[in-house]
Amino acid sequence: MQNRRSFIKAAVLSASIAAIGGLSASAYAADTIKVGILHSLSGTMAISETALKETALMTIEEINAKGGVLGKKLEPVVVDPASDWPKFAEKARQLLSQDKVAVTFGCWTSVSRKSVLPVYKELNGLLFYPVQYEGEELEKNVFYTGAAPNQQAIPAVEYLMSKEGGSAKRFVLLGTDYVYPRTTNKILRAFLHSKGVKDEDIMEEYTPFGHSDYQTIIAKIKKFAGEGKKTAVISTINGDSNVPFYKELGNAGLKAKDVPVVAFSVGEEELRGVDAKPLVGHLAAWNYFMSVKNPENDKFIKMYRDWAKKAKLPKAESVVTNDPMEATYVGIHMWAQAVEKAKSTDTDKVIAAMAGQTFKAPSGFTLKMDETNHHLHKPVFIGEIKADGQFNTVWKTKGPIRAQPWSPFIPGNEGKQKL
Amino acid sequence: MKRILSLLCLVAALWAGSAGAALDPAILKGLASDDFDAKQAAVAGLAAAGDDADAQRLLKALSDDAVAVAGERLLIVAGDQVLDAASGAALKPAPANPESISLNNSLRQQVDGALAALRLFSTDTAERLAAARLLLADMGDGAVLMPLLDKALAHEQDPVIKDILVRLHAQASLGSPDATVRLKAVQELGGSASPAVKALLLGLLDKQGEDFVEPDEKVRLAAQTAIKAIDGRLAWSDTAGQIFTGISLGSILLLAALGLAITYGVMGVINMAHGELLMVGAYSAYAMQALFRARFPEFVDYYVLAAVPVAFFVAAAVGMAMERAVIRHLYGRPLETLLATWGLSLVLIQAARLLFGAQNVEVANPAWMSGGVQLADNLSLPWNRLVIVAFSGFVLLVVWLMMNKTRLGMFVRAVTQNRPMAGCVGVPTARIDTLAFGIGSGIAGLGGVALSQIANVGPDMGQGYIVDSFMVVVLGGVGQLAGAVWAALGLGVVTKFLEGWAGAVIAKILVLVFIIIFIQKRPQGLFALKGRFVD
Amino acid sequence: MRTPASMRLVAGLGPKGWLAIAAVALVAWVGVPLAHLMLPESHPLHVSTYAITLLGKILCYAVVAVAMDLIWGFGGILSLGHGLFFALGGYSFGMYLMRQIGREGSYQSDLPDFMVFLDWKELPWYWAGTDSFLWCLLLAMAVPGVIAFIFGYFAFRSRIKGVYFSIITQALTYAAMLFFFRNETGFGGNNGFTDFKRILGYSITAPETRVVLFGLSVSLLLATIVLGKALIASKFGKVLTAIRDAENRVMFIGYNPLHYKLFIWTLSAMLCGLAGALYVPQVGIINPSEMSVANSIEIAIWVAVGGRGTLIGPVFGAGIVNLSKTWFTTSFPEYWLFFLGLLFILVTLYLPQGVVGLWAKIKARKAEKAALAEARASVAAPRAPAAADAKMPGGAAATVAKGA
Repeated sequence: MQNRRSFIKAAVLSASIAAIGGLSASAYAADTIKVGILHSLSGTMAISETALKETALMTIEEINAKGGVLGKKLEPVVVDPASDWPKFAEKARQLLSQDKVAVTFGCWTSVSRKSVLPVYKELNGLLFYPVQYEGEELEKNVFYTGAAPNQQAIPAVEYLMSKEGGSAKRFVLLGTDYVYPRTTNKILRAFLHSKGVKDEDIMEEYTPFGHSDYQTIIAKIKKFAGEGKKTAVISTINGDSNVPFYKELGNAGLKAKDVPVVAFSVGEEELRGVDAKPLVGHLAAWNYFMSVKNPENDKFIKMYRDWAKKAKLPKAESVVTNDPMEATYVGIHMWAQAVEKAKSTDTDKVIAAMAGQTFKAPSGFTLKMDETNHHLHKPVFIGEIKADGQFNTVWKTKGPIRAQPWSPFIPGNEGKQKL
Repeated sequence: MKRILSLLCLVAALWAGSAGAALDPAILKGLASDDFDAKQAAVAGLAAAGDDADAQRLLKALSDDAVAVAGERLLIVAGDQVLDAASGAALKPAPANPESISLNNSLRQQVDGALAALRLFSTDTAERLAAARLLLADMGDGAVLMPLLDKALAHEQDPVIKDILVRLHAQASLGSPDATVRLKAVQELGGSASPAVKALLLGLLDKQGEDFVEPDEKVRLAAQTAIKAIDGRLAWSDTAGQIFTGISLGSILLLAALGLAITYGVMGVINMAHGELLMVGAYSAYAMQALFRARFPEFVDYYVLAAVPVAFFVAAAVGMAMERAVIRHLYGRPLETLLATWGLSLVLIQAARLLFGAQNVEVANPAWMSGGVQLADNLSLPWNRLVIVAFSGFVLLVVWLMMNKTRLGMFVRAVTQNRPMAGCVGVPTARIDTLAFGIGSGIAGLGGVALSQIANVGPDMGQGYIVDSFMVVVLGGVGQLAGAVWAALGLGVVTKFLEGWAGAVIAKILVLVFIIIFIQKRPQGLFALKGRFVD
Repeated sequence: MRTPASMRLVAGLGPKGWLAIAAVALVAWVGVPLAHLMLPESHPLHVSTYAITLLGKILCYAVVAVAMDLIWGFGGILSLGHGLFFALGGYSFGMYLMRQIGREGSYQSDLPDFMVFLDWKELPWYWAGTDSFLWCLLLAMAVPGVIAFIFGYFAFRSRIKGVYFSIITQALTYAAMLFFFRNETGFGGNNGFTDFKRILGYSITAPETRVVLFGLSVSLLLATIVLGKALIASKFGKVLTAIRDAENRVMFIGYNPLHYKLFIWTLSAMLCGLAGALYVPQVGIINPSEMSVANSIEIAIWVAVGGRGTLIGPVFGAGIVNLSKTWFTTSFPEYWLFFLGLLFILVTLYLPQGVVGLWAKIKARKAEKAALAEARASVAAPRAPAAADAKMPGGAAATVAKGA
């Protein structure tokens, strides 16, 4: 019996190899252009990424309604990497080698991007990454439509230090213990040093993933703030921990007027799941707010609301748009423009055509893809949270600013700003 | 900065004379401007025109975010009515497309400060007291306030308010050019226990370039003594605060683990879906909140009270269904139960995701659970935490009564101690199992309601608590309520002290390692169940 | 009549078993490489890179599942922390792969990139010697082995078992995950190790490297099964199974369960470490989420689905669960968790012996029917129900944990 089973095993193994091998042979239709969408629809990241999948599908439909690209319709291929990093690499390979997509829009968090990167390099694919990140990366096969640290973190701190922002002199750098907060805080510390802030006026604190008890940390912040000079908190706390943090903050009596908190990962979508009352007056820095008033944004919001109703999303009547969604939207349009310009979906030709591409974005500015560094020039908005979960823009840059993926505040990065 | 300061001083000086005049159009123009400096000057101007009814109304409206601008005109939007800001006259028809004026934090602080200062002259004692307290917590620029404080002190009769005003006065006089006045102020402030005062005093010891901010050495010495005295008082309440945070964390752990202690104790069932029962409880609270908002908006603050029984029964029903459908068939196979309940937890998570969306949902603290009670200047205990500590005490009491004073409880204990014997003497063990599992699940539902008040409510919220609650049960010893209580409180306090010392990440790791080592030493947990066990 | 170890190893399988193993090895080392390298992409028998990496990954999982089965199916110890040993093996070998990048990283430094931007000036002490392939391979086995040994020694000495043991292994892997998440720990925080370039000087993306890694994975799996078979067939295996079924009685007879449990536990951890070491170059990333509690529980379900107490079952289990995960996340992403959850429930409720048990049951039923038919034919013959309840080795492990 044992032996027979072993035979079966051998047979199954060979058969499955053949079957999976056979898959790759299936021809792909030439009358559409396939577009990969690589966002987690299950697991912990589903909270954030589901909305990006919807945005991508909506944008693809918009482009198709106008006749598609190069006269062909775009065909979305949606896969679910299930918040599992090795799975991201597997699915990326599937998109590139099985489905032969021309471009992929996807990933959220640096680890997912780093996981798929070798695959895109090996197979010369094209990835658009729509979320703000810590920088320190520049790859030929990736376009970064989210913010680099100098397009989000540093302007926010500059604002806090300005008279308008309350002339903060002491800073609490608070984050979840992983790479994005650590790196951002390292850049910020160097930046603060350059502005004459001493180490004793900087407090750095980290919490584990999913931390839900912020009592001790709030007490520490209170104590730190009580040692004189205006204090501000710069929060890189990750998604789920924000609710307990802000609830505790509100109930402990720390008001935005006294100790403002500026966050880099709290946006409209996150605030939907929060009672925003304790957060009122606290700040966030992004490159787009839903509350920005201009015709492009009105169109974008309306389009997404209609889409949500059509796609029967849960709570479709109260959907919001946010920064990564705008970045996805801009990215897809820019790619389509680049393909038209290159008259081909060939990766190298599209990369060449992407340089200097412009698009009138919902943020109200005309964004440009940098000629050399694959990052968008983006405006920076600083907003105070309102009770309805929207932002009141209190400050913005005059125009889009160029990204510095290699922060000049990290030694050894000088002269490294292009590919 | 200097320009603004001098401007402020100037307007403050003008303040006495500027009563009754109509609002300066320059102020209105400044408010409508996009330039921060202009706005700030305008607010300062309004504050200086304090006695004027129009100015007060406009300040109030600014603080309520009710000011808008339409073309050149400044408006106050009060419900359906739209008033002209300059004159206070109602405008009909209301101008089209008003754009609301938004203040940022520093302007809002200025407006609130100005309002508080004005309220010092209110005829209502309570309002005066509130205003004085507000200023004490956050005084802003002392020099601007000084003349106002002098005037208020002269008028004030109420002893409590007067006390506060004296302290405010001392704080404000730290900026006085006269060294003796400053010295007196510093000595007076030494009696406070407020971190804000300490911050002010520390400011005196700072250096600006080569020179001290405070030129007089005697004042500096006095400031040092005063800081030491304040520190002594702060240290006491710091420790008290730390212990409270520990107890509060412990009470949450207890609520999360108590249900598990029962199901595990009685049936030896490892219920990996326990965290999802917490989630069910939390979603029940969310559903009740939605129901109250839709149907009984006037009682919306009490949705939590209604959520307590609802969460209990919903979670109990889910738990009993789980027991009937799955767990029942796996008795005597604890490892398989573990896997099957893990499967159940995945199904429940995905079901919640499909029903309520992958997003977290919003559950608000009712008004009576928001804010905190101020025990000392640096020690305020949040109401939601206090309520949860009390609530966990209440749940514990009910569980204890149920286990020790009711027939059902007696049966449950009998089954826990010796299942075959209990069966022999007529205890319907199968039914007891279902009921006990239901009760354990219901208590998890209660824990979920408590969690909804401090943490986020989302499909996978339960996953974060599963390891913690198992640690409590294992540490406490199986089948022991007392064990669970001590373990939960102990873990809470230890975690919080470690956190203060080593940071949250290391604290968490240390606690886990400690538990692993502890279990090696005492495999039965803190409290071993006495009985004859041999497998 | 003591037979030499090599003889017993051979005898453990029998000629047909060895033939099967030879067949699989032949397919893996000759068939797949030929199909991958020689056939053009359009050929129906071409094996794509995607298929090779996917299968390679699943093969590593299968090794973990077999290792898990050794302790759970035969030792009655359910570990919910095996992801830790797998990840430790992966990290150990990942260190070598990181060092092999050399100066080709973004910062052109000798140090791995993540250390450069965290301002580390030199490698921490535990990175010493990691530029050596053999040392890292040794680490991949030794680190999980030593940790498992220490942990196991104390746990088994205190006679912690059943669900208690499961829960503290869970705590162990959870604590380790938090520890590895920290940037300060020196393993790249939550980004872990990625962007590998070379292995022993060969490009990691070269098809030949892939084929060799694939072959090695198959070989490791086969070796694990052969080793497992030999162990189970030996006297050691008999005592181990006895401990699973009634630890106290075994103790009263005079055996010390500690040694047996400790040995199989440590061996299982080392096998996981090796699997992890092979896994990392194939998927191209190792990060702390491999240590998450959920991942470790998933390992248990592979074993349960395939069939505990059979060495071949876990291989099927790992294959079935992971292939269906790949399929579901492409076709019905929303329903993957439902499927996985229901699989957990149904398997534990209705398939305590997994698919292998189901197979045996179906066969037994056929045999019974045949017997019945025969019985009817020869009227007087009694029924032969003996085959009806074909009990696999590794029945309910419950007895062990009952007292917990």
